[in-house]
Amino acid sequence: MEALTALQITIGIFTQLIPVWVAMGIILSISAYYRQRLGLYGHLFDSRVGTLGLLLVLFWVLTAILADLIITHDPLAQISGMKNKGIGFPVRGVEGTFYLLGGDNLARDIFSRVVMGCRTVLTIAPAATVFAFMVGITLGLPAGYRSGKLDTILSFLSNLVLAFPVILLFFLLVTPEIRSTGVPIYLAAVLFVFPIILFVVLFQSRFYTQPVKRNIYVAITLVLGFWAYSGLAFNMDPLGVFYMEPNLLNIFVAVVFVNSPTVFRIVRGLTLDIKTRDYVAAAETRGEGPWYIMLWEILPNARGPLIVDFCLRIGYITILLGTLGFFGLGVSPESPDWGMTINEGRKLLSIYPHLAIPPALALMSLVLGLNLLADGLREQSLKD
Amino acid sequence: MWIFIVKRTGMMVLTALCLTFLVFFLTNLQPNLEKLAKTQGSMRMSDVQVEQWLESRGYKQPLLVRYGEWLGVTPGFVFVREDGKTLGRCVKPGVDLIANYCGVLQADMGWSTVFKDNVASIVSKRLGLTGWLMLFVMLVMVPMALIIGVLAGMREGSRTDRNLSTFAILTTATPEYVSGVIFVVIFASSAVGLRWFKGSSTSAMDEITIANFTLPVMTMAFYGMGYIARMTRASMAEVMTAQYIRTARLKGVSFSNIVLKHALRNALIAPFTVIMLQIPWLLTGVVIVETLFNYKGFGWLLVQAASNNDIDLLLACSMVAVFVVLITQLISDIGYVFLNPRIRIN
Repeated sequence: MEALTALQITIGIFTQLIPVWVAMGIILSISAYYRQRLGLYGHLFDSRVGTLGLLLVLFWVLTAILADLIITHDPLAQISGMKNKGIGFPVRGVEGTFYLLGGDNLARDIFSRVVMGCRTVLTIAPAATVFAFMVGITLGLPAGYRSGKLDTILSFLSNLVLAFPVILLFFLLVTPEIRSTGVPIYLAAVLFVFPIILFVVLFQSRFYTQPVKRNIYVAITLVLGFWAYSGLAFNMDPLGVFYMEPNLLNIFVAVVFVNSPTVFRIVRGLTLDIKTRDYVAAAETRGEGPWYIMLWEILPNARGPLIVDFCLRIGYITILLGTLGFFGLGVSPESPDWGMTINEGRKLLSIYPHLAIPPALALMSLVLGLNLLADGLREQSLKD
Repeated sequence: MWIFIVKRTGMMVLTALCLTFLVFFLTNLQPNLEKLAKTQGSMRMSDVQVEQWLESRGYKQPLLVRYGEWLGVTPGFVFVREDGKTLGRCVKPGVDLIANYCGVLQADMGWSTVFKDNVASIVSKRLGLTGWLMLFVMLVMVPMALIIGVLAGMREGSRTDRNLSTFAILTTATPEYVSGVIFVVIFASSAVGLRWFKGSSTSAMDEITIANFTLPVMTMAFYGMGYIARMTRASMAEVMTAQYIRTARLKGVSFSNIVLKHALRNALIAPFTVIMLQIPWLLTGVVIVETLFNYKGFGWLLVQAASNNDIDLLLACSMVAVFVVLITQLISDIGYVFLNPRIRIN
């Protein structure tokens, strides 16, 4: 059997991605139909940059969700005779199947690996961003609102982490030796507590006048929170639902640790600005508590810049995860995440360029999409 | 002004102390020390032998004492072996005289266990190599970024602006390991591509040529450029809406004169800060690019030190990195005041 031509490969990839096109079509037509009622999201379609960003991000998100339908081969399966084979090479022994983007140095299908890698990247990066934001918000609001000693201490600590070269911190924090000392678990124990604190305070400050409602919400938060907490941080979930590989936990914690000081600084800056507004003074006159003002007056009004930074930060964390993979510190040696694949491919770059190029382009387009989306959102939110 | 500098210097020293202690703590965790013992001694050492090895080299002392040794405020560790030979932190091969204190305060950065050499001399040699890389990156990146930013910002919303802004976003979305790989395939691959440049910069350590140095410089400049360009654009766009620009335009000054003589100088204040703060960010890029192109500079050294848990070397590397961060911050603050007379520091 002969290898596929460039046109056939393009058609092949296009047909494999049909589930994505269908889902994209449905989502986009619904959004376009209701765009007047969708607020900021609907306005996004007014700018070309925002639309392009949204399309790219949507494409990769749907690819991650539908990855099982798209892949042509098992991303971990090695088929003999397919080592480093070029793009569109027919699979030996099986009639009519091809390695659309060729095989890697362990004879695995690159196309399927890139598609599956998308799922890995798009699970870790947004989750890490959410955690970094929760830590940053929980600490940044009081630092900005109360100022004083608390602010001085927290700002010094965040500047300390920010003065640390990211790459050095990763080399020190993400190693098998560190894992055996339990440092990642201690870090996780500290960092993962912040979401629980945030939600408890959120409900307490809002509903403390309605004790029944407050008690229910706080109880749900505590039960769910500590259930997940025990599983994620200490791997001691009694039901075994929440679980994180030690390796993954290590990376996750390092990434959250590096990013939360930046979020802290942004939130603190926004709070310093917003607390001088009239509606904050009005709330103070009404006799609202400080946490109510921070979480229900200041935070909702700071959402614009925070949403923009959220998009940018997912992109930045994707780059960071790729950097980790590039230095062989990735999720696991078998994992198809893009950084690792680029790292493996670069060693044979001058002979077999097809190994590293697909994941490199994939990573670039995802981050580009997120950055364009952030730019579109910024543009639209400034208009209001 | 002087009080400000003194305060900032004090803050810098405090930060540097905290950070080096953190590095010290992380590199001196028990598993890291065991790894060090096994790579330095032999891989087959038993647990008892590992303990002895660590004991005889002073690694078993309390952490603070050892950090003090490294700083040069507590006396260096001395150990007399059974055969009467003296070992210790301050013992240098070929020097009989044993100093009591030998730490950073005595200008002794320690001994590299991987390279079997003085840390100070290794670091300075590698920093020199990286210095060349940084010099060329700056020479390419800064003018390009400023030109793109000024061109985009002088007519906000125009087609040039939109195209250049999208290009700037594209470069910030392309980390070094992506652009490096793509550039190598396009310009250096032996299978496909143009074969203009070399995919390895090892020879650039002796002699820098266009063939061996273009790709690493291009790769690094590409990623850093976008951010500076966008900041320049924002600053330029803001200046162009200022009253005095409108006045100049109403006076009948030509557009090129407005941009070059009236707007440019004010528009370049903000990018100066951004460029200074960008320098520490280039460190990650240096590490990636030097690994990718096999250029043995500071970034490569950092990787070697970290992967071998070479404590003294890693501490020296982190000190260099931390001081680069803090000094660029200081310069950017002071420079901002000099460039912008409207701001005065109390």
